[in-house]
Amino acid sequence: MTDLTQLTIAEARTKLQAKEITATELTDAYLTAIDAHNAAFNAYVAVTHDIARSMAKASDERLASGKGGALEGIPLGIKDLFATKGVHTQAASHILNGFKPDYESTVTANLWADGAVLLGKLNMDEFAMGSSNETSYYGPVKNPWKARGSDADLVAGGSSGGSAAAVAAHLCAGATATDTGGSIRQPAAFTGTVGMKPTYGRCSRWGTIAYASSLDQAGSISRDVRDAAIMLKSMASTDLKDSTSVDLPVPEYESALGQSVKGLRIGIPNEYRVDGMPDEVEKLWQEGIAYLRDAGAEIVDISLPHTKYALPAYYIISPAEASSNLARYDGVRYGLRVPGKDIIDLYEKTRAAGFGDEVKRRVMIGTYVLSAGYYDAYYVRAQKVRSLIKRDFDLAFDAGVDAILTPATPSAAFGIADKEMAADPVKMYLNDIFTVTVNMAGLPAISVPAGLDNQGLPLGLQLIGKPFEEETLFRAAYVIEQSAGRFEPQKWW
Amino acid sequence: MSVDIDTVKRVARLARIAVTEEEASQMTGKLNAILGFVEQLGEVDVEGVEPMTSVIPQSMRKRQDGVTDGNIADIIVANAPASEENFFLVPKVVE
Repeated sequence: MTDLTQLTIAEARTKLQAKEITATELTDAYLTAIDAHNAAFNAYVAVTHDIARSMAKASDERLASGKGGALEGIPLGIKDLFATKGVHTQAASHILNGFKPDYESTVTANLWADGAVLLGKLNMDEFAMGSSNETSYYGPVKNPWKARGSDADLVAGGSSGGSAAAVAAHLCAGATATDTGGSIRQPAAFTGTVGMKPTYGRCSRWGTIAYASSLDQAGSISRDVRDAAIMLKSMASTDLKDSTSVDLPVPEYESALGQSVKGLRIGIPNEYRVDGMPDEVEKLWQEGIAYLRDAGAEIVDISLPHTKYALPAYYIISPAEASSNLARYDGVRYGLRVPGKDIIDLYEKTRAAGFGDEVKRRVMIGTYVLSAGYYDAYYVRAQKVRSLIKRDFDLAFDAGVDAILTPATPSAAFGIADKEMAADPVKMYLNDIFTVTVNMAGLPAISVPAGLDNQGLPLGLQLIGKPFEEETLFRAAYVIEQSAGRFEPQKWW
Repeated sequence: MSVDIDTVKRVARLARIAVTEEEASQMTGKLNAILGFVEQLGEVDVEGVEPMTSVIPQSMRKRQDGVTDGNIADIIVANAPASEENFFLVPKVVE
């Protein structure tokens, strides 16, 4: 029998419906792969063998009676940020030590309602704060990719590093992820996988542990564009429990695949050519432009003049929101508690022991920029700059651009414990320079693998769309995927 | 703008994070690197620009102001590190 973990979601769906395989066989194949290889990647922080097997058994019963849902029997990994009832949910933080919620996030509830199977919870940067998965309490995730001729461990990107590594190493058929500044698209680009960040409001945030509420959005990491379309169809919904969830019908995203891009206007923003960007990233970008032009799209140069200010504005707005959201971790209601001589001492000791260095830095920056006397100079100014960033995109779309093509990241995956990035937090932040603008404007974007650099490491291209026009992104990303092919790491594990 | 170690300690206090002298000193450098980076926002002309309040223009959806659940005190305290008879336990706060 062929290795069932090689199947995409779409392929597995066909075989399950044709009864060529069972959900139990497919789930067992993934559990076996996880048990054998998770230690090599540190992708899962909790594996739910029993739950997975019982969900697969229920799927088999539904498939047998012809009542299977859209994801019936498909084994998925879930980022540790999503609340899963009775299962490890800690945002990869020590402060949520032992936390098992009594409720289910809307996104995961939607997946289970469509028949998906929970394999376990995936590693991530602590509270989704990081771009290398190195801030996790559970330690870094290792990238399944290695540079040609090198044995050095590389990061899988972050914050959804566990999701990206698990998908690339075939330890799940697909994974949920979240994206506040690039946390889906950057790890996808680093691992040769597809990362879909929908429009803000498309997927409910209810039951997803909050980092920066005006920027956080759930999405997927998958092995190809079709699987991303299948996952979004199930994840997206209108949810009364999230006041920013939009009341719009969820389209049949999969039907956008294979539709012609003839006449589609693709904008190329000059501001995404940054100093020090490797030639190979520029070359990849040009190849992507050629793929779309050859398929009939019209390529137009555009200007997004406030691009360079997105990252600094993000590092005011996201820590400000984080400092408020993370105020709830107090050692009283859930998670870790370090005793103190009085209640303030208990709070301070608990938070000192429970938060890692990067989380502390962001909570401190947020507290500082919101404190009396600094609010207007930092926070209000950053929110004004955010309006200008959104206006840049609005003007481009109003002028007739349908989607924007950019590189996904300024480089390929880097080494674990990179000294320069450890010494200067801003160096790490620059990883998100091409992705963070999208969150600031609430737009949808997809990162699709488009080639390898001269060390043999994957690089991705990003397509940015108009609000709630994810279908255009799937259409264009599918053209890039068909032209560039798919990329799999050399198996060393 | 940059911060000195006393400001860092004051902010840590506001954020309810205990810091040692050594941690405060290390944080000072890294926080100043971040504050130095965000300083470039000063170059942007924001005259007459409204601050962003919502990326997607939609009016706030409201629900009926009614009770939707209740009588689940045991579930609410289930994850508490210390509780007694469905109350959260904390050190004495009133003398």
